[in-house]
Amino acid sequence: MKILAFVEQREGKFRKSAFEVSRTARNLADQLGGDSVGVVVGSAVEAIGEELGGFGIERVLAVDDPRLRQYSSTAYARIVEAIARREEAEILLAAASAMGKDLMPRVAVKLDAGVAMDCTSLRVENGEVIATRPVYAGKALVDVRINSRVKVFTLRPNVFTAGVNNGKRARVENVAVELGDSDFGSRVKELHRASGRPDVTEAQIIVSGGRGLKGPENFHLIEELADVLGAAVGASRAVVDAGWRPHDEQVGQTGKTVSPTLYIACGISGAVQHLAGMSSSRYIVAINKDKEAPIFQVADYGIVGDVFEILPALTKELKNLLGKE
Amino acid sequence: MKIVVCINHVPDTETRVTIAQDGKTIDKTKVNYILNPYDEFAIEECLRLKEKFGGNVIAISLGGDAHKETLRKALAMGVDRAILLRDDSTRDSFAVAKALAEAIKDLAPDIIFFGKQSIDYDDAQVGTLVAEMLALPSVSVVVKLEITDGKATAQREIEGGHEIVEVSLPAVFTAQKGLNEPRYPSLRGIMAAKSKPIEERPALSVSSKVEVLAMRKPPAKSPGRIVGADASAVPELVRLLHEEAKVV
Repeated sequence: MKILAFVEQREGKFRKSAFEVSRTARNLADQLGGDSVGVVVGSAVEAIGEELGGFGIERVLAVDDPRLRQYSSTAYARIVEAIARREEAEILLAAASAMGKDLMPRVAVKLDAGVAMDCTSLRVENGEVIATRPVYAGKALVDVRINSRVKVFTLRPNVFTAGVNNGKRARVENVAVELGDSDFGSRVKELHRASGRPDVTEAQIIVSGGRGLKGPENFHLIEELADVLGAAVGASRAVVDAGWRPHDEQVGQTGKTVSPTLYIACGISGAVQHLAGMSSSRYIVAINKDKEAPIFQVADYGIVGDVFEILPALTKELKNLLGKE
Repeated sequence: MKIVVCINHVPDTETRVTIAQDGKTIDKTKVNYILNPYDEFAIEECLRLKEKFGGNVIAISLGGDAHKETLRKALAMGVDRAILLRDDSTRDSFAVAKALAEAIKDLAPDIIFFGKQSIDYDDAQVGTLVAEMLALPSVSVVVKLEITDGKATAQREIEGGHEIVEVSLPAVFTAQKGLNEPRYPSLRGIMAAKSKPIEERPALSVSSKVEVLAMRKPPAKSPGRIVGADASAVPELVRLLHEEAKVV
């Protein structure tokens, strides 16, 4: 059985999720008795493909075309379909990233496959892959099985382990897929990068602020702590709806569901919809002056106190520890 | 301009989930249902396009009788027609998309809008599945949209930034929070919606590809410890994060 791993790159660099997807493909191949094959699409990507060898992929198919420098859902879908057919792949893996979620449904329709989206674990039972995925923003989990011959799984970033890069090099084959202008029905013209901070869905650490910050002018306290830790900045729905912070920082049911290693909730009381979005974080720190706040029910460590006093002290203490001045 | 918006009826965000007897779905008793929040942004965008370019907006929802409530809300916001694709079974995103695509095909719209995901199954794929089934271009997770001369320029949210995507119409879009500020239905709109008909037709029967075997609650997190009550607790917190949790 062949397992195809669509590995995501932007601007010639693999995303961390590419390694998570590669390693998971390898693990599945080992359990099912098959091969894992990487697929990388873009412009001048042949050279980077071999790095996937360090994460368990022996053979990488590279589709290299200047027109593919920016993402195009329609063209990328044609390519992944063509390769899946050529390789007779039965399982396709990709990250449940902005690109993976946009691309894989198209690929699935072409291959008459079902998609299990945003999986947080995959296991093999009696030769079948059973996927676990959160629903209701993490308030419940479902185990699902895909009953079509070809199966597509997208993996939540930051959840599957990429393991250690063992330094092996993959064999990269350049593959041609014919593309006409009509294949570029939807095409990215430009890419805009926001702040230099990581995105909440990919960050190892998130520092999140809520109404307890009292106003947008006080969020520098959150940003300063985030920057010491190399963390992403998150926000509660209340402060996003109030216009204090941009929508892409919102954590919770109508925002992002996140699973960082460390989540620091500052001045966030912990509404049901917020807890749903962040409870699967490995460690949770809560700083809130109300000791009855529901956030303390899920926190590993809590300080009942004033964020305006505690945040600067915490930033300073961590600066000392990490040697950043 | 002919516009279609596909909407869903979902448990509200305050819902505390308990698992039903069947072990595969949530217990629906005492659950308050709402129009899917992302679909509100989709409806609003469609109404703004109609106000700018003329035409009409048709809302479609696939499900049982309860979905009429959500279709009424869309009518109250200003949608012109509402269609219920009646289906009382449980189906996966593929089977939902197939039935929607079949219904949309006959309407031949210029623009088809969805919310970026329903907040129940969080599958985030129906809009894009429909686009592929209808062989149309699409942009998902849209936070800004401009339409000129049969072309759309959409801004979509990606990790740590935005992509500017160009597509020709007809096309499919899925709405992300931030696209607009949805209007509240006016009293006149609410009254008018009561007398507007909801067209009903059976949803195309399609078998699902993804089967739910079991649903369960995530393991409960036990509350941890309160380290202290003011800034004097900070050194101890940092020590715990560094030495015990080993996360900094």
